[in-house]
Amino acid sequence: MSDTIETKEMPKKQVSKATKIDEHIVEIVSDSGEGAQKCGQSFASISAKMGNGVWTVEIIPAEIQPPARSRAGASGIRIRIGSKKITNMGNEANLVIALNDQVPYGRIDQSAYKEGTVMLLENKWATDPDEDIRNKYAHALEDFNQRGYKVIEIPMEDECLKIVKNARKGKNMWVLGMLSYIYSRETEKGEAQIKRIFRKKSDTIINSNLGLYHAGYNWAKDNLNLHFDIAPMKSEEDLVVMNGNEAIGLGVLASGMEVCSMYPITPATSASHLLAEVFDKSGGLVHQAEDEIAAIGFAIGCSYAGKTAVTITSGPGIALKTEFLGLATMAEIPLVVVDVQRGGPSTGLPTKVEQGDLLSVLYGQPGAVPKIVLAAATIEECFHFVILARQLAESFRTPVYILTDANLATGQQPFPRPKIKKDWFSLPIDQSPWDTSINPFEWDEDTGLSKRPIPGQVGGQHTVTGLAHDRGSRVSYKPEENQESSEYRSRKFAAFQKSLNKPPVYGKDKGDLLIVGWGSTLGAIEEAVEQAQGEGLKVSYVHLRFMSPFEPGLKEIFDNFKQVMTIEINYSDKKNNPQYTESNRRYSQLSWLLRARTLVDVDCYSNVEGQPLTPNRIYNVIVEKLETNKK
Amino acid sequence: MYGLKSELELDLASKHYSLEDYEKGVARWCPGCGDHGVLTNMHKLLREKQLDPAKTVFVSGIGCSSRFPHYMDTYGFHGLHGRAFPVACGVKFRRPDLDVFVVTGDGDCCSIGAGAWIHAVRYNMNMTVVLLNNEIYGLTKKQTSPTSRLGTISNTNPEGSILPPLNPVQTTLGVANASFVAQTADWNPAHMYETLKAAYEHKGFSFVHIIQRCPIFQAALGDELTSNKDAMVYLEHENGITVNEDIAKTFKNKANHDPTNLSEAMHLATEDHHIHMGLYYQNKNAPCYDDHGASNLGFTVEQKEEALNIELDKYAI
Repeated sequence: MSDTIETKEMPKKQVSKATKIDEHIVEIVSDSGEGAQKCGQSFASISAKMGNGVWTVEIIPAEIQPPARSRAGASGIRIRIGSKKITNMGNEANLVIALNDQVPYGRIDQSAYKEGTVMLLENKWATDPDEDIRNKYAHALEDFNQRGYKVIEIPMEDECLKIVKNARKGKNMWVLGMLSYIYSRETEKGEAQIKRIFRKKSDTIINSNLGLYHAGYNWAKDNLNLHFDIAPMKSEEDLVVMNGNEAIGLGVLASGMEVCSMYPITPATSASHLLAEVFDKSGGLVHQAEDEIAAIGFAIGCSYAGKTAVTITSGPGIALKTEFLGLATMAEIPLVVVDVQRGGPSTGLPTKVEQGDLLSVLYGQPGAVPKIVLAAATIEECFHFVILARQLAESFRTPVYILTDANLATGQQPFPRPKIKKDWFSLPIDQSPWDTSINPFEWDEDTGLSKRPIPGQVGGQHTVTGLAHDRGSRVSYKPEENQESSEYRSRKFAAFQKSLNKPPVYGKDKGDLLIVGWGSTLGAIEEAVEQAQGEGLKVSYVHLRFMSPFEPGLKEIFDNFKQVMTIEINYSDKKNNPQYTESNRRYSQLSWLLRARTLVDVDCYSNVEGQPLTPNRIYNVIVEKLETNKK
Repeated sequence: MYGLKSELELDLASKHYSLEDYEKGVARWCPGCGDHGVLTNMHKLLREKQLDPAKTVFVSGIGCSSRFPHYMDTYGFHGLHGRAFPVACGVKFRRPDLDVFVVTGDGDCCSIGAGAWIHAVRYNMNMTVVLLNNEIYGLTKKQTSPTSRLGTISNTNPEGSILPPLNPVQTTLGVANASFVAQTADWNPAHMYETLKAAYEHKGFSFVHIIQRCPIFQAALGDELTSNKDAMVYLEHENGITVNEDIAKTFKNKANHDPTNLSEAMHLATEDHHIHMGLYYQNKNAPCYDDHGASNLGFTVEQKEEALNIELDKYAI
């Protein structure tokens, strides 16, 4: 792996041969509205199409148009590309393209760069009419050099102005051209990408962007000594590349569901955007409800009327939907609920990553509300879990939840093109006559399962209710009936849990430390654990997909390790900080659950900094945990 | 029994529904409660329209009136406080073949469910909505409702309520895309029946405001309303709701009102001293959201598979 970049004598250059590297992390940072994400997503897409492993993470400020040239306003994207499968955003960047001198500080604060990181910096600020801006640029330049970054000042604005009147519109495609040269991307793929993203625009706009793309490419070729080649992955399979929200949206199509009832909320909404664009051509519709509560009420109405529906939201939306979630369980109505988690509590960090909704999804409702909760760990799983969720919702007559997060939602990753199966799609609504000798809640003694009559089925008439009810769905006035019905509603999930497999342990199944994770941290945990294992540390990991009910055999797995620890992106008290003792320390969310489930002293590392965890961070946690125990 | 005769005359091969086909259980409302009369009329309406009980869905929220679906031998959904409308709209969205009814109360609709109510009016989906307004919270035992008259003594306002009441007819008329707004009262079953019938026949969100007595918590108000014959005004019009001459004669006051005239409807709704009985407003051409909902039904698995393939192609490497 080429960790740092050799920058040879600049700027005069000879035709250089591309240096072969295994992988690189590239960042583009800018003010909002400069198209950095579009540029980066395109670069990722071109790279994926050239057969590279790819992972992207968007850097999104909280506002649509924050003040220009501000640290907190940094908007952009990180793209990690490699000749192998890439599963996370990695550690520090190798190459950064900065459209001004202030936005990199937003990333420096997050330790995103290191000594040797190459920074391609827009130089127009050096000659800005505003003296303050010129001074800031000079200071930043000096500071970047002191930090050990290899800064190359680049006349992006001037070069773009040779082609367009307003460089702000289009500079991103010039940058894409520059990146395409640096990483030896095929220009035909770049051209095709530009034609695709501007497909709804006029030919003039497309041609202007193509012109910028080639200009950026040629400028880099003539002026930069940065030229790399990243070999493609060896893949026999057809691949697709998309982000997690797109995968959720396509998963909805693949599940055969016909209604997505939603209310706009970051970072979940783009899944519904995709559906809004394509659903009508595949027999479905998006309903934008008046609020989160109405969104789930509408979805429940659709499900009740025969076809399981989906509602897609984030943590604050789940909070508002809580009462309906309880009702759907009580009335045993199939439903798919997608929670694209973000930072909380309250409005929290709407554009940032957190795994903070596990406990609220599990226990947010009053009373006993057992349920199935799936946690997607990869973008591929975002797709497949929707199909699974729809099937489970109908088989077990229950809401099924899918937890993803902001990291998966906007991250792009290639995965094998799904091989479509007919049984993914839901069946037409059953309208055959109902056997009137069967109650609407004819709970099976052994499994707790029952079959539901659907409106239109003659003889199945009944009134579902959120009140305690008997098998006939009649309001219950007998104390023992609520006990009994609660038990059946619980038993079906115990029956379901019996069908699950023990989760695999990655690494040896005995050792000093077992890391337990869930959701989007999979790739970073995997990379960190592999590094630690390579250095001889006796560490393994387990990654959970079923958060409720848990996969079986956890206690048996845990008992083979001296220590067990979860790695999560949510809040926990740090052991040694003031006031915390074993009697008051608050654990991270999965950790609480595992302690209760297994009676094993499961520790945790977690934070709420709103960033995906890097492999380095996790590696350091592993080393520290093992050292602490030695003392 | 009522209706038996007509059944005997029918061709035995085709199912004819009698009142018993719509009745279920014994209603557990208090004796004298206005809900009983609405239930009886609803059974009659379904029989008159020969609705298939299996294709009829009653949706309600929470409150005395929201127990209604439990007494109908149709499909029913007794959901959450204030949330009958989103559920009913979801039921109707992809099932144009179902007849949907919503039964709600003044707390359910005008207080906790006010947001959903406003938007349901605007969606204008084809369903019949009855708001049973007794101006008090009954099931939770006498708290002030948003429709309680100024000065109403209740457990939450022991010195009398402080705010002027919300007027459900006025509010509904004020919402964009309102298409059917009528008012009737529980103590005039004949007028109520005709009103429910007209509401059912209207394509769109038919909102029927039923002034209703609560003999337990609003007994005095009920006495006042039923005894003051001067207050009731029968709205007459060829396009309005008409009752037979004998019933019409019982009204001392009558007014001619064209139900296409929204501003006049609003004027009548806000006129304090009278209770207007009949159709305030109807717009037969208001767009219905359920037409959109039913616009792409019935895709086969093969069609869905093909559509998915086309979408996946866009992401192919």
